[in-house]
Amino acid sequence: MAQTIVIDPVTRIEGHAKISIYLDDAGAVRDAHFHVTEFRGFERFCLGRPFWEMPAITARICGICPVSHILASAKAGDGILAVAIPPGAEQLRRLMNLAQIVQSHALSFFHLSGPDLFLGFESDPAKRNIFGLVAADPAFARGGIRLRQFGQSIIEALGGRKIHPAWAVPGGVRSGLTAEARAVIAAGLPEAIQVAEGALNRFKGLLARCEEEIATYGQFPSLFLGLVGEDGTWEHHGGRLRVMDAQGNILADHIAAEHYDELIGEAGEPWSYLKFPYYRPQGYPEGIYRVGPLARLNICRSVGTPVADAELVEMRQRAGGGPISASFFYHYARLVEIVAALERIGMLIADPEVGTGPLRANAGVNRREAVGVSEAPRGTLFHHYKVDEDGLITYVNLIIATGQNNLAMNRTVAQIARRYLRGDRLDEGLLNRVEAGIRAYDPCLSCSTHLAGQPTVELALIGPDGTVIDQIGPDL
Amino acid sequence: MADKLRLATVWLGGCSGCHMSLLDMDEWLIDLAAVADLVYSPIADHKHYPKNVDLVLVEGAVATNEHLELARKVRQRSRLVVALGDCAVTGNVTAMRNPLGAAATVLQQVYITHGDPRGVLPDDPDIVPRLLDTVVPLHATITVDLFLPGCPPSAPAIRALIEALLKGETPPAASRFG
Ligand code: SF4
Repeated sequence: MAQTIVIDPVTRIEGHAKISIYLDDAGAVRDAHFHVTEFRGFERFCLGRPFWEMPAITARICGICPVSHILASAKAGDGILAVAIPPGAEQLRRLMNLAQIVQSHALSFFHLSGPDLFLGFESDPAKRNIFGLVAADPAFARGGIRLRQFGQSIIEALGGRKIHPAWAVPGGVRSGLTAEARAVIAAGLPEAIQVAEGALNRFKGLLARCEEEIATYGQFPSLFLGLVGEDGTWEHHGGRLRVMDAQGNILADHIAAEHYDELIGEAGEPWSYLKFPYYRPQGYPEGIYRVGPLARLNICRSVGTPVADAELVEMRQRAGGGPISASFFYHYARLVEIVAALERIGMLIADPEVGTGPLRANAGVNRREAVGVSEAPRGTLFHHYKVDEDGLITYVNLIIATGQNNLAMNRTVAQIARRYLRGDRLDEGLLNRVEAGIRAYDPCLSCSTHLAGQPTVELALIGPDGTVIDQIGPDL
Repeated sequence: MADKLRLATVWLGGCSGCHMSLLDMDEWLIDLAAVADLVYSPIADHKHYPKNVDLVLVEGAVATNEHLELARKVRQRSRLVVALGDCAVTGNVTAMRNPLGAAATVLQQVYITHGDPRGVLPDDPDIVPRLLDTVVPLHATITVDLFLPGCPPSAPAIRALIEALLKGETPPAASRFG
């Protein structure tokens, strides 16, 4: 008899989700669904609001990466003004985005996935959290907490607060960087780099023991999408879109944000509030692609900073070269990106002129439609707006990083279930492995469900006739 | 051990910014862990809301039937319930969908009218929670003991509240509402 397994809620991810595993008549895993169970409706309730308000409102999509939304929104606003923002403002936006990458990646690695990686995927669930990690390895956990704090403090130094700083605005930014703040950042950098490199070394030490996880936590060919610079280097805020296939062929390159809909289509399913973006030329669901740290490091030629570049070369070697298809390497990529971001922060603040001069271009509504794109920690983020002659919003489309990994996360769950499901019963070890597979993508379901709202995973095992034969969580 | 504070945090309809502000207490979290046990939280692996919780911080507004059920359970099983942040306190951004109309209308607009040609309504009743027609603040559904406004409340404000409670003192004035 065919059956379904449900995991509910999925924990230590940023949002509310459930997972169903479908069995066929022979009791083998037929398919798996990762259900996102939040809905918030931003794309509708923003209609009629001035585009000037959009950075501050869309920040509230997500408390983990508000900066990403603020920046993508402000960029769309620049497009409506039809201005090039002053160079000082551009530098400071970049600085804040780099800080955002550091804090968010640190949260993912130390606070959310660290307990799996360093306490064990099947360790005691009551201790498998950041406090358990603090108890087991206080220096390591404290370093992670301080690394996240470092990123957050740069955001605060620029924007006046750590979460939801209404700082980047259409045309530029509201305020500059004080000399004192620059000195504080400079003073904090060496420790931050030391923590990041220490984490990289620890992670490399794990790799040899994680062959199975590498082979099953999302190991399949897919496309990769992200921004790269003019010369193909790693990019996080400017640049153009590139799409690469699993063999390393570049399928699309130098695509401007305005043309994103030529690359990306969005499908829906009755069992998730999260849409399913796909690479339009290949159709749904064949056009499965991944975004985020691993995708960015796959598609770029090099990072452009010395330590991160050396780490990238080593990571590619360890993964066997070519674009890396194993999602377990998202963790690795995240650490390399922390190093890259810290190096770039160092380069920016070394310049005493950084963020000086005018910081905001003034203009009115000169264009009625614009797309802002930025690399959020989890991947490429698009804000597409249309406005009327007064600048009131008439259309909003948001394509969120996590949504773009939706197809890949579903496939990952099925792959792990095939490997670790024994019989037709769920056990805690399987549950956490499935969840850990999802955590590799660091899904931000607050973001993804801007559309559609909740932070938990439930797991269900479902038979061929649709009956639920086993279920774990949630507490409802 | 037994006299450690049993602390829970709950995420309803919000952006997780209030939880991030909690994490912005940074290294003080380590001190907190010495005097409190985290018994339920989205940053840990608990699947069930336990009994006998001393203090729970609730982020977010009540937007779905699942939020409502969880809020009621939280009330039954917890001594002190704090509405953490503006979404829990007033509905805030999460409630901005209310003027759009009933849940069915909103979903239709987002997924069909405004959606991809492949638009499908996420309406599988066994899977996705049912949206409430009106998003409401926490105190509209259960009795709330303390309110900490802010979007999000700052980390020092959250810390001041917890420290006062740990010492058995009346929390700072900011935690009153209405
Ligand atoms: S109050 Fe603000 S920070 Fe907290 S959940 Fe709501 S929108 Fe997010």
